[in-house]
Amino acid sequence: MDVMQYNFNVEKDDFDRAGEASSNIKKILRQLGIDAAIIRRIAIATYEAEINIVIHSLGGEIDLEVDPSSIKIIARDKGPGIANIELAMQAGYSTASDKVREMGFGAGMGLPNMKKCSDKFEVESELGKGTTISMIMFI
Amino acid sequence: MINQICEKINARVLAGANQSHREVKGVYICDLLSWVMSHAKKDDVWITVMSHANVVAVASLLDLGCIIVPEDIQMDQDALIKAEEEGIPILSTSMNAYDIAVELNKLGLGK
Repeated sequence: MDVMQYNFNVEKDDFDRAGEASSNIKKILRQLGIDAAIIRRIAIATYEAEINIVIHSLGGEIDLEVDPSSIKIIARDKGPGIANIELAMQAGYSTASDKVREMGFGAGMGLPNMKKCSDKFEVESELGKGTTISMIMFI
Repeated sequence: MINQICEKINARVLAGANQSHREVKGVYICDLLSWVMSHAKKDDVWITVMSHANVVAVASLLDLGCIIVPEDIQMDQDALIKAEEEGIPILSTSMNAYDIAVELNKLGLGK
């Protein structure tokens, strides 16, 4: 199997389409015959990353890269960046607005969920520039 | 199985009527989507008061068995359209979440 790459655009505040990128990624992985337990972990991680871009960022994209030994997800956004990554990683900590919380988002579980589902997990963020989350799951 | 649930909790099928024979296994009740994302299991019945389209996205990503909205809560139209597209049954009943869970337990769900 060669390395396969896909890219999905995610708009800020687009709650109607939020989840579409994750859904497409899940369908691709299913077609590739990836193990169901791994697909579940990736579905959870990409959904959290996608929702974070919708809620917190100015827009972004998600890259999917599949090679014979691993699946790599990179969620990249255009800012505003995370002021304190250590705090953001704490379960229950969230800067989401009341409006977003009323929809059931903003539980402060996004980043911890992503980390839990990944074999390798990395957050890089620069204030005013943006955030990049890299996740690798071994097949 | 969805058929039996409808009868037991006196529910209307708002979407996914063609999935009426789908098997479901457990029950999960929560409205925080991230929490559901990390804890609900495949084929679970999910009871939630959330009524927007992202509920369907969560159910679809996790392969949940169906969504039940309690206490006659109205679902958003785009949620129902999405549920049809994704083949996720949505049931609506006047019962509250606890009473629904009690009835589902009698059907043997989660045992």
